[in-house]
Amino acid sequence: MIGGLFIYNHKGEVLISRVYRDDIGRNAVDAFRVNVIHARQQVRSPVTNIARTSFFHVKRSNIWLAAVTKQNVNAAMVFEFLYKMCDVMAAYFGKISEENIKNNFVLIYELLDEILDFGYPQNSETGALKTFITQQGIKSQHQTKEEQSQITSQVTGQIGWRREGIKYRRNELFLDVLESVNLLMSPQGQVLSAHVSGRVVMKSYLSGMPECKFGMNDKIVIEKQGKGTADETSKSGKQSIAIDDCTFHQCVRLSKFDSERSISFIPPDGEFELMRYRTTKDIILPFRVIPLVREVGRTKLEVKVVIKSNFKPSLLAQKIEVRIPTPLNTSGVQVICMKGKAKYKASENAIVWKIKRMAGMKESQISAEIELLPTNDKKKWARPPISMNFEVRQRRGLEQCVLGKTLEILPVNLCTYHLADDETETPERSDFNSQTHFFPCRLPPRN
Amino acid sequence: MTDSKYFTTTKKGEIFELKAELNSDKKEKKKEAVKKVIASMTVGKDVSALFPDVVNCMQTDNLELKKLVYLYLMNYAKSQPDMAIMAVNTFVKDCEDPNPLIRALAVRTMGCIRVDKITEYLCEPLRKCLKDEDPYVRKTAAVCVAKLHDINAQLVEDQGFLDTLKDLISDSNPMIAESHPSSNLLDLNPQSINKLLTALNECTEWGQIFILDCLANYTPKDDREAQSICERVTPRLSHANSAVVLSAVKVLMKFMEMLSKDLDYYGTLLKKLAPPLVTLLSAEPELQYVALRNINLIVQKRPEVLKHEMKVFFVKYNDPIYLEKLDIMIRLASQANIAQVLAELKEYATEVDVDFVRKAVRAIGRCAIKVEQSAERCVSTLLDLIQTKVNYVVQEAIVVIKDIFRKYPNKYESVIATLCENLDSLDEPEARAAMIWIVGEYAERIDNADELLESFLEGFHDESAQVQLQLLTAIVKLFLKKPTETQELVQQDSDNPDLRDRGYIYWRLLSTDPVAAKEVVLAEKPLISEETDLIEPTLLDELICCIGTLASVYHKPPSAFVEGGRGVVHKSLPPRTASSESTESPETAPAGAPPGEQLDTVPTQGDLLGDLLNLDLGPPVSGPPLATSAVQMGAVDLLGGGLDSLIGAPSFVAPPAAAVPANLGAPMGSGLSDLFDLTSGVGTLSGSYVAPKAVWLPAMKAKGLEISGTFTRQAGSISMDLQLTNKALQVMTDFAIQFNRNSFGLAPAAPLQVHAPLSPTQTVEISLPLSTAGTTWGPPCFQVAVKNNIDVFYFSTLYPLHILFVEDGKMDRQMFLATWKDIPNENEAQFQIRDCPLNAGRAPEPCACPCCPVPCPQP
Repeated sequence: MIGGLFIYNHKGEVLISRVYRDDIGRNAVDAFRVNVIHARQQVRSPVTNIARTSFFHVKRSNIWLAAVTKQNVNAAMVFEFLYKMCDVMAAYFGKISEENIKNNFVLIYELLDEILDFGYPQNSETGALKTFITQQGIKSQHQTKEEQSQITSQVTGQIGWRREGIKYRRNELFLDVLESVNLLMSPQGQVLSAHVSGRVVMKSYLSGMPECKFGMNDKIVIEKQGKGTADETSKSGKQSIAIDDCTFHQCVRLSKFDSERSISFIPPDGEFELMRYRTTKDIILPFRVIPLVREVGRTKLEVKVVIKSNFKPSLLAQKIEVRIPTPLNTSGVQVICMKGKAKYKASENAIVWKIKRMAGMKESQISAEIELLPTNDKKKWARPPISMNFEVRQRRGLEQCVLGKTLEILPVNLCTYHLADDETETPERSDFNSQTHFFPCRLPPRN
Repeated sequence: MTDSKYFTTTKKGEIFELKAELNSDKKEKKKEAVKKVIASMTVGKDVSALFPDVVNCMQTDNLELKKLVYLYLMNYAKSQPDMAIMAVNTFVKDCEDPNPLIRALAVRTMGCIRVDKITEYLCEPLRKCLKDEDPYVRKTAAVCVAKLHDINAQLVEDQGFLDTLKDLISDSNPMIAESHPSSNLLDLNPQSINKLLTALNECTEWGQIFILDCLANYTPKDDREAQSICERVTPRLSHANSAVVLSAVKVLMKFMEMLSKDLDYYGTLLKKLAPPLVTLLSAEPELQYVALRNINLIVQKRPEVLKHEMKVFFVKYNDPIYLEKLDIMIRLASQANIAQVLAELKEYATEVDVDFVRKAVRAIGRCAIKVEQSAERCVSTLLDLIQTKVNYVVQEAIVVIKDIFRKYPNKYESVIATLCENLDSLDEPEARAAMIWIVGEYAERIDNADELLESFLEGFHDESAQVQLQLLTAIVKLFLKKPTETQELVQQDSDNPDLRDRGYIYWRLLSTDPVAAKEVVLAEKPLISEETDLIEPTLLDELICCIGTLASVYHKPPSAFVEGGRGVVHKSLPPRTASSESTESPETAPAGAPPGEQLDTVPTQGDLLGDLLNLDLGPPVSGPPLATSAVQMGAVDLLGGGLDSLIGAPSFVAPPAAAVPANLGAPMGSGLSDLFDLTSGVGTLSGSYVAPKAVWLPAMKAKGLEISGTFTRQAGSISMDLQLTNKALQVMTDFAIQFNRNSFGLAPAAPLQVHAPLSPTQTVEISLPLSTAGTTWGPPCFQVAVKNNIDVFYFSTLYPLHILFVEDGKMDRQMFLATWKDIPNENEAQFQIRDCPLNAGRAPEPCACPCCPVPCPQP
């Protein structure tokens, strides 16, 4: 199990050091600094073994978090724990920075005492932790006995992520669907591989212990229903999608999903990631990006990028951002674009082209002349891919989205969702937002 | 509030100041002071002097302050055990506090204060807390039992805590029932397994990991039980926590072993495994790394799981370099998808990162070797890459083309001309050696082979040993193929024993019997195998049982990096039950290559793209050749051409020094006797410290053969004293032993002689003389393979350095100083060893290189 946990700043100074097991000594703190943070050769693996001691590290901005052990621990668990630790810290004091860590070191020690006991991770849901680890340590004295036992039963209870007795005047629920279309395209325009990985992020502000149900037009579900009421499926006429795999927040009852494919849960309060999914079949590419790169002599590059929206004209993509990487030795850029605004950002080595909105089946293009400084090819340009970002926002009243009413989301794939609460009041408003990142292609090779 | 100020107090005398503040009457001031103390402690300052003052602050109703004091206690109690007792009273009192949070805090902290005296006092409060009305306290107490068990296992049993724990498993509150770490202490039986499986649905993500890891240690009694457990574990594959997923995969992979392959359920399970594994690849990079290392094992064990998922392993632009997707791509490469794979690899070979490009080029070579139909395309791809004239690409390509020649001899010789064009650009030893090998091997087809080799000879002394050896062999080959044109043999003197030895062998061969020489040197070489890089099956099985853990990340058994015996339980996959009378699964079939075949080498180091072929010569083995899977790290020489074939011919046993003809060339001769001096020694000292025999190979691991032993040095000769015990029910015969190459080149000087068959329960003592004539290579571990009529077994051990020290190494003080000065300053490395327990005898003393018989590897 985890023998100790250290937090360092970018210089390798220890900010937090908590040791859980006897086999980890103070020298472990130094070993990591010397062999990883100050290592002459950049350490490339996130797991390092130094003198039979294993170090797991993750970096957040310039802060190093390192977990240490001498045993054969579950490595995946250690990393999951480190991420969780970052989430919890961020939930308490915002950005993980040296300043914030120093300012909150007492709190961090308190947290570490609670969420890691003898090196075994314990309940680390922020919602639960915040009930009894507060930044005002004195609070506990004013708690009544009932309050105390409520806290403890929540921390250990079945639903460790939500406390009882939450009340909202307005019950609201927001749903964001964030998708990234990962597409690998050869310079010749051939799709090498494509998959959509999506996240459903929910912001719930609901009272009590609401029992929620979430559905999707998953092929397996629809086929199952189709057996019973064939006409119903044909009536809705919705395409079903084949989801390759999905994973759920721990509040979702997995065994129920396994047997019935239904997603039922009692949500944590506030924002959380309900599920992730991945599909590879029948991916509709929302945009086509066609790059043309021409080299004019040694010091000039002409780039032309055409984007074509490939969805129904009735839909509107917003906040489109196309990022066209430029060589490292770029000295100046002239851009002309038909729509939106484009700017060369020297610090990011890219031309950023922003378009406010664009309807379906439209086309737009940008052309740029890139001036290059003559260089002695020491550092070759890695030719990163062009990437694109946009969102489709749909705001609907609740009456439209309850039970079976389908929503069309760009470009995929989740079409239905229902909200069924059993006893609690129905949510009054829900907000639907789909965001898609889109990595279209490698730049054609330069000659 | 800004607490960062506490980190900046560095002035002198602060301890006294703190002391005063700690004893202040004002609560706020006290708290400030404790914070300062904790901050100093974090930075690594010794504030143990404040112990009594801090402990005095313990009696407070301020929870935050209390926690800080406890934190301090946990850190320093060990160094001040007597004073720690002062705290006991408060703990006992806190354990009865009306606030459950404080009760839990007290019992948790007490468990962390690992002082014997305190543990005595801990038992009573702990017992009370285990039966506390509050679930949170019970949970904390359960973990505390685990802590106590760690300190004093006997005490836990005496006090009956284990029974109380068993009751807790059926606790009404799922959090406690989640078996918890403590359940590692409990025996597993079907009833408790059932409870754990029920708890699985209800506990936190961490609890699920513990339960799954715990389940993985359980061996179901039959395939039906295995299946029912699998059914209840599968839903976990959709958990957002990757560790839960990987642990579930571990349970499934292990229990699948018990299921019959004809079962429908087996197929369903296989299908269910793939998607979650692929999903892991969209996790954060660190987790992806863990996942990929595990997938690497899974595709070796059950390639069918991911055979359709090749594309997800294509490398993305922003993938960190430590992700090893290339390896998995190669493992999944087949005739069906090879075109795609090659196109990708070719793309990678034009990337920017040098390491990555090299890996990609090697991968192309491995494709050619793995998928025969693709060889031609691979070769043409490689030729294209050579045309790019990018230096490192060319060199890497030549190395892999050499491998391809080995696999498909006499097929692609047309490319040699292209290779020769790039001769001048080769500056890395490996590429040079590969090129020389090609020239030597195909000398008869290269018109100017002699000129080419001569050009290498010019700088012979500056070449690395690898190139020198290769050059020597190549020249001999050339001589044998085109005797007319050959120039004189290499008459270079060298202080590399391997090179000298090889030179001698060739020289003797050529001078006594050229025909035999021809047979030996130009013998047909065995083809290299497709999967030289597979993990050895028994190790693989063990690693499969460790999916998700560090062992699976390192690709090493836990015993290789975990200290002590604790927690190092050897795991093995359960045997398939009788009801499923399946034939041996194909992937376990090549468990050990037949003896004498030199192919089946299994590097465990995980560097799968590493050398397919190592150009070093294997040590000349006297005695019957062993199954060479003995050589677990690094490849046996598949290329050297010469000695491989010699190993198979027992008539040619490297004779001791006496057999060397007296009229050898002077420089060589004296060099040789130097070499033999080392082993024959002049020492008259009657041996040195002999460590007691330790068990090297437990009977459990070796089908009943137990080996214990030690190393001795007496009168200048090293020997390995072995004690073989037969704990099996059958008679053991045909013993043989083989060592892997090791740092000091230890090798058996005589075959392992066990005169009579070893009958059950019998023990024999053998002293095996050792020499240091083997190849010096590799890490300081010492790996041994022992064979008998039953199987081949491997173990590794360490030999004490002192057995290598010569007795006459005593040196004049002046001479030592002079020698010391002769070593250039840049070779000097300085470091301090802290907290080093000086363990007489075992701990290798820092050895000053001049007195050491064999060159020490530089630290």
